[in-house]
Amino acid sequence: MVDLSLEFCGVKFPNPFTLAAAPTTDSAEMVARAFEAGWGGAILKTTSVETEEVSLVYPMMSGIDLEDKKLMGLQNIDLISERHIDEVEKDVKALKKEFPDKVVAASIMGSKKEDWQELVRRLEAAGVDLIECSFSCPHGMPERGMGSTIGQDPELTERTARWVKEAATRVPVVIKLTPQIADITAAAAAVKRSGADGVCAINTLKSLIGVDLDTFIPYPNVGGFSTYGGYSGPAIKPVALRCVAEIAKAVDIPIAAVGGISTWRDAVEFLLVGATNIQICTAVMHHGFRIIEDLIDGLSVYLEEKGMSSVKELVGKSLPFIVDHSVLSRAYKVISNVNRETCIKCDVCYIACRDGAHQAIELDEDRFPIILEDKCKGCGMCETVCPVEGCITLIPRES
Amino acid sequence: MSVRPRMKELSDEERKSGFDEVEKGLALHQALPEASRCLFCHDAPCVSGCVAGIDVVGFIRRLKTRNFIGAARLAREANVFSAVCARVCPSEEQCERPCSSTNLAEPIAIGALHRFITDEELKRGIRPRQAGTPTGKKVAVIGAGPAGLTCAHELAAQGHEVTVYEAEDEPGGLMIYGIPRYRLPREVVNKEIEYALSPGVNVKTGVRVGKDISFDEIKKDYDAVFIGIGLGYRTQADIPGHDLPGALDAGEFLRLAALGEAPRLSGDVAVIGGGNVAMDAACTAIRAGADKVIVLYRRTEEEMPAWKREIEFARKEGVEFRYLVAPLRFVETDGKLAGIECVSTKLGEPDSSGRPRPEAVPGSEHVVDVSYAILATGQAPWPEAKEVFSGIELNPSGTVKVEPDTLATSVEGVFAGGDAVNGGKTVVQAVTDGKLAAKSINDFLSK
Repeated sequence: MVDLSLEFCGVKFPNPFTLAAAPTTDSAEMVARAFEAGWGGAILKTTSVETEEVSLVYPMMSGIDLEDKKLMGLQNIDLISERHIDEVEKDVKALKKEFPDKVVAASIMGSKKEDWQELVRRLEAAGVDLIECSFSCPHGMPERGMGSTIGQDPELTERTARWVKEAATRVPVVIKLTPQIADITAAAAAVKRSGADGVCAINTLKSLIGVDLDTFIPYPNVGGFSTYGGYSGPAIKPVALRCVAEIAKAVDIPIAAVGGISTWRDAVEFLLVGATNIQICTAVMHHGFRIIEDLIDGLSVYLEEKGMSSVKELVGKSLPFIVDHSVLSRAYKVISNVNRETCIKCDVCYIACRDGAHQAIELDEDRFPIILEDKCKGCGMCETVCPVEGCITLIPRES
Repeated sequence: MSVRPRMKELSDEERKSGFDEVEKGLALHQALPEASRCLFCHDAPCVSGCVAGIDVVGFIRRLKTRNFIGAARLAREANVFSAVCARVCPSEEQCERPCSSTNLAEPIAIGALHRFITDEELKRGIRPRQAGTPTGKKVAVIGAGPAGLTCAHELAAQGHEVTVYEAEDEPGGLMIYGIPRYRLPREVVNKEIEYALSPGVNVKTGVRVGKDISFDEIKKDYDAVFIGIGLGYRTQADIPGHDLPGALDAGEFLRLAALGEAPRLSGDVAVIGGGNVAMDAACTAIRAGADKVIVLYRRTEEEMPAWKREIEFARKEGVEFRYLVAPLRFVETDGKLAGIECVSTKLGEPDSSGRPRPEAVPGSEHVVDVSYAILATGQAPWPEAKEVFSGIELNPSGTVKVEPDTLATSVEGVFAGGDAVNGGKTVVQAVTDGKLAAKSINDFLSK
């Protein structure tokens, strides 16, 4: 059997799969079901002090589909939990008692130093294993000087993270970052300077998910008006992957990855670019806690096939292969190659090359695409659109 | 236009000229979008549609994320002969029938996806199953078909010492000697037999119980027995002239074809019957050299017990179907078969099977000129069973009588399953019987 356990900020997770702070973790009952299904840890939905008013609006969820596939992306205008710290304390105690080997973490958000520190002290006393601080929610909270208002300013980030870290005597502190900043490594470096233990990247992206073409009111329609929201799901995965890789290359700090992770394959990618914890939300909201079976089985079989005995072996493996654009080889030349055996002659490659690239494909009398050697630059657009796996490949040119 | 992906097949010429597998499975770029069409229903109905209870939706989820081996192992947990069943199961009638996607477009091509993951698994090799901690108990399994081998596999994995007795030279039963290779290649069956035997099952081939060893000896030497002897090779119908040269039994014909010893045919060949065995015999006859194959069936296509897929397969190979015609006797010329005297029929009131009874039309007798006739009107239980397994209660039809919940026979410690019990159903039913019997035997031995 392969070992899926992974340490993050000194806390041992039985497997890297952790529920992100979200509606999926807004009660002990839900988290207990997730733990029973096999999840390694959970960040309870963000809470605050009792004096912080939480006033939610409905509907709050809107999706965007990719043609016929549901939920390429999800936008929410949810806020933090309506359940304040007093209720979360009870959940933490109950969950730690029933699942001592699972990681129970809390997510907090405050506006004043005293609030942040009170939240930390009370949750530590309740028995959390880790505290995550949201400096990154892009909607609703910034209007109140919270959320991404902090995360977009490295100075505010460092100062606030230091308050939290000061108050924490036992548990590690992780700061959740926003991708909506010119240089996310600056924010990660600020966290490092504050003395906090790790970062979590990324929170949602600020979005306007769509507009109703009949009423002209954007989604979601809350009594005739709408607002901007936070965008999550598979669509944002490449942004998250880039952020994690950039931080991992620039700052020596443990990273929890979050943002569009849906499958074990996504998880492997984030581990390869340096994450040591994997958080998931939207995929669970879509398909349920049961996806953990596939995450664990897929990751286990993958490691077994690769001859690896521990998930640790994956961490950071891809980082050496990421370099600046200027460093990439100008001497490396490839040319497109079409497999005559498997080509179904849809000629989608022909269209893409003709109108989107270099006019390097011609069709023969059987509609079979012929690559024009002198025109093909090897840009890869034809390979990207081909519906047949492995039919179009890019092969190195003989120099 | 179907939204379901179509497997590649051999060309019309290629398929008739040999026993190579006709269907080639789905390509990766067909399997992934099809898996992606799955809705991943809650309490997915496909799972209850599978006789063996394979976690269908679970393996499709794994397939979708390219965890093919995890998907294949999940299916194999529920079905020792996963790759065989992926090819021969009537999935349209089983797992695919209740599929929720039917309400949107068409059911997910579950059978084809199942085939895809098992092909991936076979490419890499099936992970063998470990033997359980020895219990000191001995179990004999009579018959190395899918029921017997599944039962043996599960019991050996529980730590029991299992010996399988098989009358033929090779284990596999109808998977080797019944289903033609162009539908179920020998390599696929052999790899799964190897897996079935992997937890340390002993096999004694070429040993016929009742001839080479008596049932009493077996009962004496073992703590429990499973009987999975399938059906006999001979057909039930007795038509005058059936011992003429040129008149063949479908079961025996398919067995000989499997051994590579089928008679070389020529001229026109008639196949009498409308079940899957008739379709197999018809398509095998084409490969054995028949110029033309005609299926004669006494009802209409509507009532034919053969699966739609099998009928289409035969039709694609040029098999001709004549309905509402029943054989009366075989006609002889120069000491060999030259034709079949038939009578036309019409459909009457429903009979005990619920299908309309075919009634002869007076004065419609006619002769169908053929060089060979293959009788495929249903295989009968082994006639010797009554004598060989004396003491075991049989049903009037000759099948073994069992308690449905445990598959226990009338003799304590003796269990039975598969075609020998149900009169001839599916491989997946035999596998499921083998699993149930193994559980009952394990319970019995743990008492």
